[in-house]
Amino acid sequence: MTVLTTPAGIATGAADALRKRPGADVAGSAFKWLLIGATVFATGFLAVLLAVMIVDGWDVLSGNLWYFLTHGFSQRSAGEAGVWQGILGSLQVALVTGVFAIPTGVATAIYLVEYAQGNRFARIVELNIRNLAGVPSIVYGLLGLAVFAQTLRGFSGGTTAIAGGMTLAAMVLPIVVITSVEALKAVPDSLREAAYGVGATKWEVLSRQVLPAALSTILTGTVLALARALGEAAPLILVGAATGFMSFGDANVFETFTGPYTALPVLIFNFARQPGADWGVNAAAASVIILVLVLAVNGLAIYLRNRFEKQW
Amino acid sequence: MTPPMPPDTSNLSVADLRTSAGRRAWSAGARWAFALAALATVLVSALIIWTVASGAWTFISQVPFDNLSEIGWFPRRGLFDLSTLLVNLVQISVIAMLVAVPSGFGAAIYLSEYAHPRVRKVMKPTLELLASVPSVVLGVFAISFITPSILSNFFSEINYFNKLAAGIAVGLLVIPLIASIAEDALRAVPLALREASSGLGARKVTTSIRVVLPAAMSGLMAAIIVGFSRAIGETMVVTIASGGGDTSLFNLALTESGGTFTSAMAALGLGTDQVAGNNLAFQSLYFLGALLFAITLVLNMLGDLIVRRLQNKY
Repeated sequence: MTVLTTPAGIATGAADALRKRPGADVAGSAFKWLLIGATVFATGFLAVLLAVMIVDGWDVLSGNLWYFLTHGFSQRSAGEAGVWQGILGSLQVALVTGVFAIPTGVATAIYLVEYAQGNRFARIVELNIRNLAGVPSIVYGLLGLAVFAQTLRGFSGGTTAIAGGMTLAAMVLPIVVITSVEALKAVPDSLREAAYGVGATKWEVLSRQVLPAALSTILTGTVLALARALGEAAPLILVGAATGFMSFGDANVFETFTGPYTALPVLIFNFARQPGADWGVNAAAASVIILVLVLAVNGLAIYLRNRFEKQW
Repeated sequence: MTPPMPPDTSNLSVADLRTSAGRRAWSAGARWAFALAALATVLVSALIIWTVASGAWTFISQVPFDNLSEIGWFPRRGLFDLSTLLVNLVQISVIAMLVAVPSGFGAAIYLSEYAHPRVRKVMKPTLELLASVPSVVLGVFAISFITPSILSNFFSEINYFNKLAAGIAVGLLVIPLIASIAEDALRAVPLALREASSGLGARKVTTSIRVVLPAAMSGLMAAIIVGFSRAIGETMVVTIASGGGDTSLFNLALTESGGTFTSAMAALGLGTDQVAGNNLAFQSLYFLGALLFAITLVLNMLGDLIVRRLQNKY
């Protein structure tokens, strides 16, 4: 303890007292390590998930992965079952989803940002989009079953990949709209004003300047939305993907759009509910395949977005 | 050399300055096309509401009222005990929140208050990536890992399908959502509050807990509400891990199986061909959908309102 008599002594004492003593702040470091633990738990379970699935599905993944990828579902035994119908079906459903969701979603975003800033109709549309984003996915399944598969049977052909794709399109529509709105809002007004200044019509401003400028961000959002659709099973179960299995017969790929279909996540669900450990191996192996697919698509989109984020 | 003559503007009209009729018509048409797309999104909502409401009405108007409070949920026998599903729903969702809120909030506080910007730059997209894990995979994870490898060590008599594992897996699923909303709320707290607190000599832990957390409280509440709504609407995890069958007997034990609104819907949907004959069982699908839609809508609007308030606060 320094004796506080001289001004220099007082200054040294004060500095000592104020100096941070690492290790003294026990509560502080405990809290910090608690937070780090929570963060590791929140993000680390993905690694555990992947590891468990790879270990459980190792018999299929190591031995007959090619057989698994190229053969269809079989009720007889787990060893004969494969996932190609699910992979092809998921691609078909994603294609239909994209065809319906992307134009509608991007056009809605353009209307909200470029035409109707704040008018009553736009406010209704915005509120509606926010609410749609929170509707549970299985409720979209009811919409798909009642409207797309039954009322629009003439167009979709019943519970087909078209009906399933339209159902998922309705589900991801809010994501496409919200990300596109963000992308369009990020385009600076000076770009629009310059285009108007040289005599462009509104359509020309949008199609030649604003949309190209926002395109990369819109595309990223769209890819994220489709990846979400790729992993979704619940609504498709209501729209017939669990009981239908695509079979070519003498049909070509395009004709199968209006026939029975299934999707990869629904197939995993089918594997998981069969009794017996060998079906569990299939479920785990198929889980690894869908995880790799979804994470690759998502990771690529997120990477590209962060990489090419435009600075205006 | 004579300077060029200015153009004669004496008889120039507005029409001369306008662009060609074709370009104008094209531009006006585009406006209507975009408005039509916006209208289509409203139509989706209208169709959802019409679908679930009309189906639910058919159910309510036909079901004998006593059948709504029975020994369990046995749709094909005409027994539709709502309390069975509701109890399972609350149990599973609460377990999910017990898993998701501490770790989601912890991660949010770490990323917003403690993490080095470089760590944050990696972790934020990782959380986003986690949000995209398909729910069927977590369902498989629940029955192939959570129950046999973890829970069976603590409970000697645990059902292969049980609500506890389902709740934990749903919790894992909503962690990224909760962490992301909570992190946004924490970062919305102005730096000035943290600086003032540090200036008074508070430690970082004190600043985080006593200043930043209270200031972000409404946003954290919103994260809980939205996460809860997401947990309620989760289907595949519960269907695979707890409510596989389409029937549930009322029980309170977490180590037993039990279905929720969503898993009961999935089960009815799976057997669409079989239940199509039994009209009432099929209509109960829409009744559950209507309840689910109403509950999540209220929760989401509440969460949305709180987030919007927060945005205007600072």
